[in-house]
Amino acid sequence: MTPLGARTFRHGIHPEEHKEATAHLPVERMPFVERYVLPLSQHAGAAARPVVRAGERVTRGQVVAEPGGFVSTTLHSPVTGRVRALAPRHHPGGRLVDSIEIEADPFATQAPPAAEPIDWRSLSDDEFVASVQRAGLVGMGGAAFPSHVKYKLPEGRRITRLIVNGCECEPFLTADHRLMVERPEAVLRGIEILTTRLGADEAVIGVELNKPDAVEILEAVLAARGGRVSSSDGGGVPVRVAPLKVKYPQGAEKMLIEALFGLEVPAGKLPLDFGMVVNNVGTMAALADWFDRGIPLIERLVTVAGPGVKRPANLLVPVGTPVRAVLEHCGGLDAETREVVMGGPMMGTPLASLDVPVLKGTSGLLAFTEASTRMPVEYTCIRCGRCVEACPQVLNPSRLARLSRAGRFEEMEAWNALDCVECGSCSFACPSGIPIVQLIRVAKSAIRDGKQRQKAAS
Amino acid sequence: MSERTPRLVVHGAPFLRQGVTTPALMRDVLIALVPVVGAAFWFFGISALLVVAAAAAGALGTEWLFGARRADGRRRGGSLADYSGALTGVILGLTLPPGLPLWMAFLGGVVAIGLGKLVWGGLGHNLFNPALVGRAFLQAAFPIAVTTWAPPGGPATLLPSNFALPLMAAAELPDAMTAATPLNLMKFGGEATALADLLRGNVAGSAGETSAAVIVLAGLWLAARRAFDWRIPVAMAGSVAALSAAIHAAAPASYPTPWFMLCSGGLLFGAVFMATDPVTSPLAPRAVWLFGLGIGALVVLIRLWGGLPEGVMYAVLLMNAATPLLERAAQPRAFGHRRRLA
Repeated sequence: MTPLGARTFRHGIHPEEHKEATAHLPVERMPFVERYVLPLSQHAGAAARPVVRAGERVTRGQVVAEPGGFVSTTLHSPVTGRVRALAPRHHPGGRLVDSIEIEADPFATQAPPAAEPIDWRSLSDDEFVASVQRAGLVGMGGAAFPSHVKYKLPEGRRITRLIVNGCECEPFLTADHRLMVERPEAVLRGIEILTTRLGADEAVIGVELNKPDAVEILEAVLAARGGRVSSSDGGGVPVRVAPLKVKYPQGAEKMLIEALFGLEVPAGKLPLDFGMVVNNVGTMAALADWFDRGIPLIERLVTVAGPGVKRPANLLVPVGTPVRAVLEHCGGLDAETREVVMGGPMMGTPLASLDVPVLKGTSGLLAFTEASTRMPVEYTCIRCGRCVEACPQVLNPSRLARLSRAGRFEEMEAWNALDCVECGSCSFACPSGIPIVQLIRVAKSAIRDGKQRQKAAS
Repeated sequence: MSERTPRLVVHGAPFLRQGVTTPALMRDVLIALVPVVGAAFWFFGISALLVVAAAAAGALGTEWLFGARRADGRRRGGSLADYSGALTGVILGLTLPPGLPLWMAFLGGVVAIGLGKLVWGGLGHNLFNPALVGRAFLQAAFPIAVTTWAPPGGPATLLPSNFALPLMAAAELPDAMTAATPLNLMKFGGEATALADLLRGNVAGSAGETSAAVIVLAGLWLAARRAFDWRIPVAMAGSVAALSAAIHAAAPASYPTPWFMLCSGGLLFGAVFMATDPVTSPLAPRAVWLFGLGIGALVVLIRLWGGLPEGVMYAVLLMNAATPLLERAAQPRAFGHRRRLA
């Protein structure tokens, strides 16, 4: 039964899915390694402030850095061991970032932190938000936006709908898929906690149809519960699974809302303005782990795949594990590998070094060979319009790229350049191999810098 | 692995590409032109092939001489690699009468690439369809030669007029065979050509435009490969059909049927191979519809009430000129915005 039928948003692209190598592989636990690095900035917002000193002994799950502000979150040690250093270390983004380096204790059992479940129903709203921040939760889809910020509602606002994002529209990635198949109860438990706390009237799980087993399992588990999760008033909140056509970038917040409800969240507005909160399925499971078992965000699911990986896998990886160790665990890299990407192939970050850590927002590690990632020869734009038809924001990427090349950034703002979600669909579709999304990215940051300067000057 | 980490390179995302390239798109159109050239050969013989070859030689020579250099910056011919020069040459050749003196066809190719494309800055920068710039130049410079149509004579046809040379005195000129095109017959004699002949193509006309059936098949193939914007031929043929049907219904004795309008002259060839040039047509879908509709309307106007029997060339060129305007007027509404950009 598909109550909504298979829906989708307008525009977008259909990249090859490449999920077959890992979609059926059960999650395995990445073994502990010697050394972990926790950059203090691995979430959107302010950097965390360390609360441990070099040489200090830490246990698995212990807080090692406090949030550096409201839009910031807590960091926990992924292992029992000793703080080796508080020093700048290479961040996957390429810069040196202040980090906490932790040496694992080879003799520790590394048992999960023993903690009492938290009685989340009895918390006040502010206590709930603080607790989520204490858990170090961030959006697990990749952007790593601190989750508690979304749960702090402005005075007088109410959430009517919780939207759970199980699209996983990036090619290659299968971590969310495996999570839905292997831990549907945890996902539903997270939904129960969140709908109850936010007072939502319903929850909708959007899943693309290339994961039929996930749809089936979620629906079966839901059916056993009468299609509801219980709420504080005992009545229960209806939850439904909405199968979606496979299309990229359906996991983008506003695209998902359009796909599910045909609603266009206006530019400059948030889903919150329409009583909606969008969260990843991974975030739901993480909520359940925190409130039921007291386990903060110290590990996450990572898909290791791509033509350069010898043994593709879905791994449960402690945050802070060096990428090199994860790849070694997967049999190492093929000699033909030329590029390693953190995240998905459409929006991920290319790594200049393998000696960088897995972060809270790391959904995948992909190794590409020269043949699979060779950048195309660039021709001039022939105005074919493929980028226009690809752009989910219905912008004119061809024109934006041309204006960006000419440095006409101000004009670009009038063409809604700031609405660009940087999904890369335009570059993907361009037959002339023009790095459209990069050109727009450059312009966006120039426009934002200009605005900041203006603010500072006035 | 620690002992032998591959050397990593760093690009910007996305790391996947659709795989279709600009030269491949151009090549697809060239492939679609193969049966059209075949039909031209079938009906107009060696002469048609010679005219196409001369136009292509003029286009390619000009591209080689003045186009972008190769990546090493030293050798000529870099821009030949995108196939657009070859495409322009072949399309131009197919819009010319099979009996045209070859030097004129060559000159047309030179003008098409030189004035139609390179002076604008090369591929992607020109406002007007280059092949049609070459065709318009020839029509202005040699109005008689460009409207002297040979009857279809079969594959062995080799017309003496092909070998006329520049500055020949009138007495020296080889005899030209002449026949009236279906549009001429209609315009000046009110006589309709049988639809079956128009579909097959054994009528007088430009080398590549006569066989409606072959052109439609080529267009369907291109549409199936998504090599062009199908909306343009659909809008163009649709507006010609609708307008001429209305006019024919009002006065069946004086105006041709929509079927005749669709299958005669350069309409289908123009709709499939010229109006669809991405560079000179709009990007935004609504503007694309307007562009196609506008061409169709202009064709009907010129053919039925203008001084010329055929109007596809000027209709496409006029709408090329209107493209930036259409683009401004018909931007799509961006996601999450109430109003369209103007």
